[in-house]
Amino acid sequence: MDAAIQTAEGSPLVSVEAVDHFYRKGSAPNVVVLQDVNLTLGDHEVVALLGRSGSGKSTLLRIISGLMPASKGLVEINGQAVNGPAKGVAMVFQSFALFPWLTVLQNVELGLEAQGMAPAERRKRALAAVDLIGLDGFESAYPKEISGGMQQRVGLARALVVQPQILLMDEPFSALDVLTAETLRTDLLDLWCEGRMPIRAILMVTHNIEEAVLMCDRILVFSSNPGRVIAEVKVELPRPRNRQDPEFRALVDDIYGRMTSKVAGTLAQSKDGLFPGMGIGMILPRVSTNTLAGLIESLAGHPFDGRADLPLLAERAHMEADELFQAAETLQLMRFAELAEGDLKLTVDGQRFADLGIDDRKAMFRHHLVTFVPLAAHIKLVLDERPSHKAPLLRFRDELEDHMSEDAAETTIRNVINWARYGEVFAYNEASGLISLENPA
Amino acid sequence: MNSHGSAGASPAATVSARVPSVWPNRYDAAVVLLVMAVLVAAAVGSHELDRPLAELRLTPVRLDPSGLPNYALLTILRMFAAMFASLVFTLVVATLAAKSRRAELLIIPALDILQSVPVLGFLSFTVVVFMRLFPGNQLGAEMAAIFAIFTSQAWNMAFSFYQSLKTVPRDLADAAAQFRLSGWQRFWRLEAPYAMPGLVWNAMMSMSGGWFFVVASEAISVGNTTIALPGIGSYLALAIERRDLTAVGWSVFAMAIVILLYDQLVFRPIVAWADKFRMEQTAAQARPQSWLYDMFRRTRAVHRLVASLGGWLELAWRSVARPASSKAPIALSLPAGKAVDLAWLALVVTSAAWSAWTIYAYLQRTLGLADFAEAAIDGAITLVRVGVLIAFASLVWVPIGVWIGLNPRLTQRVQPLAQFLAAFPANVLFPVAVMAIASRGLDPNIWLSPLMVLGTQWYILFNVIAGASAFPTDLREAARLAGVRGWQWWIKVILPGIFPYYVTGALTASGGSWNAAIVAEVVSWGSTRLEAKGLGSYIANATSAGDHPRVVLGIAVMALYVITINRLLWRRLYAYADRHLRLN
Repeated sequence: MDAAIQTAEGSPLVSVEAVDHFYRKGSAPNVVVLQDVNLTLGDHEVVALLGRSGSGKSTLLRIISGLMPASKGLVEINGQAVNGPAKGVAMVFQSFALFPWLTVLQNVELGLEAQGMAPAERRKRALAAVDLIGLDGFESAYPKEISGGMQQRVGLARALVVQPQILLMDEPFSALDVLTAETLRTDLLDLWCEGRMPIRAILMVTHNIEEAVLMCDRILVFSSNPGRVIAEVKVELPRPRNRQDPEFRALVDDIYGRMTSKVAGTLAQSKDGLFPGMGIGMILPRVSTNTLAGLIESLAGHPFDGRADLPLLAERAHMEADELFQAAETLQLMRFAELAEGDLKLTVDGQRFADLGIDDRKAMFRHHLVTFVPLAAHIKLVLDERPSHKAPLLRFRDELEDHMSEDAAETTIRNVINWARYGEVFAYNEASGLISLENPA
Repeated sequence: MNSHGSAGASPAATVSARVPSVWPNRYDAAVVLLVMAVLVAAAVGSHELDRPLAELRLTPVRLDPSGLPNYALLTILRMFAAMFASLVFTLVVATLAAKSRRAELLIIPALDILQSVPVLGFLSFTVVVFMRLFPGNQLGAEMAAIFAIFTSQAWNMAFSFYQSLKTVPRDLADAAAQFRLSGWQRFWRLEAPYAMPGLVWNAMMSMSGGWFFVVASEAISVGNTTIALPGIGSYLALAIERRDLTAVGWSVFAMAIVILLYDQLVFRPIVAWADKFRMEQTAAQARPQSWLYDMFRRTRAVHRLVASLGGWLELAWRSVARPASSKAPIALSLPAGKAVDLAWLALVVTSAAWSAWTIYAYLQRTLGLADFAEAAIDGAITLVRVGVLIAFASLVWVPIGVWIGLNPRLTQRVQPLAQFLAAFPANVLFPVAVMAIASRGLDPNIWLSPLMVLGTQWYILFNVIAGASAFPTDLREAARLAGVRGWQWWIKVILPGIFPYYVTGALTASGGSWNAAIVAEVVSWGSTRLEAKGLGSYIANATSAGDHPRVVLGIAVMALYVITINRLLWRRLYAYADRHLRLN
């Protein structure tokens, strides 16, 4: 995929070759997180790793930064193989990762302190970084006293002050509200375009398509399960970019399409193939039944009338692309809707569901759940067979852990229980840890 | 046994609770045996006790009140020496447990069991051991007293620190690694500050509990030798022996002053200072207050002095600590591999087997089955006593605590008082109770019992107050709008809301009461001696008779009772509360 990438100026700053990442789970087959990932980051480039949550893009960023080793493959920074946190690389975290017991200035000085720099010099540089990033006046504040936007500015200043060549950003704006995030993006882009930061390249992880198009020169689209680069999109729009620009919109639409095209590809074979794993080993995303019902209603109603363009739907429903994908795919798994070419279309059943009252909806949901979600069917079968009609949750979670990580097993089983509670298929008692057929009357 | 916050929770800062499995694993078993073997070894050694102790000449304690300030100072010094030792122990041992998997397997069950061993029980052995180390020297007796206080503090401090180290937030750990902090920098910049609120709270609570032990350990009788270290505790012991009520009054007064100073000058400022290390990104609802800490923060001169001192320290520091090496050492590099694991396991099993044999051989030489039965029955009696008293104290203090906690103005006034009372060593008040019981000819089996909870009931009160004052206002209002009143309000609204806090308080109170049994089931006033049947008096009698096998047996049985109750009752309640009743 990346063989085609040419970096204009000599050797790349970062090169990732044939990186695989998996982890072992007992005797079960390895859970593959990243598969054959190749990428390069050239001088003066801003590149986005764009993908769904759980696509392994954050894992890749951690591997590049040296925080964790890859299972296989080679990562080089400036031609040197990475093992351990590398020099010349700094990172900005989604959660800001500020030390709450250090002041703004002390947080910014942290990286310099680790280098063993003298206090006077350290202070001078930290103040300069604070100044650059627009934090004047906040030097002696503690992180908990300032807003999220200001906290992330501290995160940026702390990264920039060590004068890194490469800036890695892990979903840097996703914990901020919309307006604050936009201000920070603009400020960062201004600094970048005016060349006022010491860095030579930025690699950022995001699941926000518009953010990627707004900020980056190149977008690498990740698929989930396993994480692979499935497309590379060059963004050649002149800066500063305008979100309302038709070309901008077209690019966003195009990427939406690419992110669902894999889905569309597997659609032909099986509708179950959307989520990682097969049969009961399928990892199910956390989607509430309210979201599912709400999405069906939005789709059925005006102005979509049963078929919607995904970017438009995301905007109307106030949903992040990632949330929307998960909900849409769940609807597809249960045959309430179908994804095709960046559109979501209600099926006949979906249309009917929208017109029903509460009890009939539940009945219909119950039927679809046990018919199309293998894990739900499996649990129901086990409960039917047992004389007591009860089984411990642990029994199923352990079974799932043969196929997936502990966290994924926990999310999956909890999610099926929630769906089953809505459909009144089976009940779960938290205190006893038992799943049962009876309804608590 | 002194298990203040051993469940890892404090009413203000709820440190994430480790909820381990209830059933013992093989390491638990090995550690029980090792701990017991060490006790046996000490007991064997103490056969040669009498001679060196008799040679020891201590300045006799006098009952003149003018000597009290000096005695109080000595008592305070012992407390701080023990706290310092506990801190060093915590930093070293807990860090080792957190960074080395093999050390962890042994240290953690050991701490858990040591927490349940009654501190006062083995005082007579430790005296011997330390007297051996410093023959004919007062230092030996001093070390024994300090060690007794240390054992009442160190275990739960180490536990708290270990738990914090194991739960350092991943993003901060990543940031530290990304900026390539050295292991040393990482410890002082990330791990120690993160662990600070939990450690400080546990240390301060332990220190509150420690006053009880310092009073009890200054005057130690082993066989027919009595060692009286100058201090408030031995002053009190002498006053009791001479039936001098005025002197008892003076010692109560002196103790009250000491606790007040400790509360105002140490406890509060340090807890207020530690608040800045809390992880919450938003400002906490009720911050700990201290006038001393506020004053310090406002005085510019002192502040600057400390700041420049910090600057000098850092300069010195930098010349010692090398800048970050290319790789941040994250874990201690111990030889890895299955072979080493096996060798380690073999070592543990061998020493456990040796311990088992030593214990068996020792006890079998002197004790029969009947002795085990007697200790077990006495233990059951004490268990009933503790259970009834905790239940009774709960019935009294839970409603009062709820009432106070829901009334913010009252909370502000009563909460410090409750904390003060919890720190006040109840054993100072025992003589008063003895006089009352003896003069009316009451049954000591019943009337001595309240002494066991005299000092520990306050833990229930102030934890319940903390819980009630943290109860969300919107839940209270919702309950009121729904017309929830009377029993329903208690059972559906407030009791579940304060339950996690109550469990913490009751767990601490119950642990403390077992320990107090050793001094509360046998009390005297001059020649009047009152005794209640139970495991506490069993141990106390064996100690004063110099009967070491029975002391070891008594300690072992008490530790087993405490461990069993903790695992069967308190931990389950704690786990339940943690899973279902957390409000945040």
